[in-house]
Amino acid sequence: MYLDNSATTKINDEVLKEMMPYLKEDFGNPSTLYSLGRESKKALEESRQRIATSINAKKDEIIFTSGGSESDNLAIKGIAFKLRKKGNHIITSEIEHPAVKETLFFLESLDFKVTYLPVYENGIIKIEDLKQAITPDTILISIMHANNEIGTLQPIEEIGKIAHENGIIFHTDAVQSFGKVKIDVEKQNIDLLSVSSHKINGPKGVGALYIKKGIRLVPLIHGGGQERGIRSGTENVAGIVGFGKATEMAYLKLDEHAEKLSQIRDEIIEKVLGRIPESYLNGDAHERLPNVVNFRFKAIEGESLILLLDSKGYQTSTGSACSSKTLEASPVLTALGLDPVDVHGSLRISLAPENDDFDIDDFVDSIAQSVERLRKMSPLWNKDIDYDAVVGRK
Amino acid sequence: MDYSEKVMDHFANPRNCRAMENPDGVGEVGNPTCGDLMTIYIKVDDGIISDISFQTFGCGAAIATSSMITELAVGKTLDEALAISRNDVAEELDGLPPIKMHCSNLAADGLQAAIENYYETHQS
Repeated sequence: MYLDNSATTKINDEVLKEMMPYLKEDFGNPSTLYSLGRESKKALEESRQRIATSINAKKDEIIFTSGGSESDNLAIKGIAFKLRKKGNHIITSEIEHPAVKETLFFLESLDFKVTYLPVYENGIIKIEDLKQAITPDTILISIMHANNEIGTLQPIEEIGKIAHENGIIFHTDAVQSFGKVKIDVEKQNIDLLSVSSHKINGPKGVGALYIKKGIRLVPLIHGGGQERGIRSGTENVAGIVGFGKATEMAYLKLDEHAEKLSQIRDEIIEKVLGRIPESYLNGDAHERLPNVVNFRFKAIEGESLILLLDSKGYQTSTGSACSSKTLEASPVLTALGLDPVDVHGSLRISLAPENDDFDIDDFVDSIAQSVERLRKMSPLWNKDIDYDAVVGRK
Repeated sequence: MDYSEKVMDHFANPRNCRAMENPDGVGEVGNPTCGDLMTIYIKVDDGIISDISFQTFGCGAAIATSSMITELAVGKTLDEALAISRNDVAEELDGLPPIKMHCSNLAADGLQAAIENYYETHQS
């Protein structure tokens, strides 16, 4: 059972079916004038409309990109370079995705100033901190909608309101929330919004940036002037068509999926916390995505837990340093104020609509057995237990 | 993580994973903040390691190397056991992912610490 849908999702069959003609016979370049090209252009614009409709935007406010990371880079660098004469200060949070965080580190090397708002134990910023951080030089606030590790939701509507009251542009990375919870760029005061296809059962390598009408930014990719000159390069037509279809499917059933997945999520939370001693939920209990749960278990290390759960048929993930490329513990969990040892014992479970029918009790059994097994091996848990006797070798 | 079959076997079926009552030497290495903490226990009879066990908090590689060193060290003289290197442990496991060679390959250090602890407590 694949339960790592925050990492990526399985492409939906209907999405793939809709893409196929554009990988085969309908291969035309949308910038050309003959009918083959016009077909591609038409498909491109239909997808643009589907994505715009889903977030209450207008069609010409959507720019296609290669994915969430490019959208974040385009939004942040694009505004920073455009407005650098107006100011050089940007506000963000401590728990942004690397696509935002690393972009801001880069801008700091170019003499931009960045304020990283703390999150508290619940993983959410405080509006008061945001108000305090604003200076006359602040040109941009970039705060994610839903966090990719713990699934907590930031109060973006309020953040956007404060940004606008102060004449500041508001960008939100909505890669994890898009297609999972309702987004309304008008109502939620959003100027720039990053989304990605492969998190909602669409293909990889395609995303979009919503740019509110009237907002100008400097492009990252210069060239033939596609995407209104904001993102040159021949469009990934098949990918964009798939993204459009995946978006439409996610939004048609958004409420139904959210209700079902949050039920499963809550059942997992209740059963795990009830059954496993010294287990805790990371992030706010209520302000969270319907499909993401993040736990921590005392005295065990997450990579080992992932391996054991995989051997029982469940694919999940962890914020443990031992499973990361850099061997650094999750900065998100660290920002919650957790003890570094506890960060190692984290487990993320992320659901997709196709996970609507699985044996939750068997899954919780598997977690409980794995945690117990690792604790019996751990010098941090209980020194008096004979592990060989427990696993039946004696 | 790209682990060998042998690593996965020692991770899934760790040998000699238990706390030891009245050990002759105990070595504790690693740092739980970094994600690895390993305790190696030994019993010594006539200069030979007659029993060895471990407890480990850590990743798959940390558990597998702990398990492997108990197999490598049992029955060896203390001098022979001291000569077991980190590389020996990794080789016996058909290799470790490069990123794990440094941080999680602590078992040889743990055994050396246990032998040192034995000398400190038994030869005065």
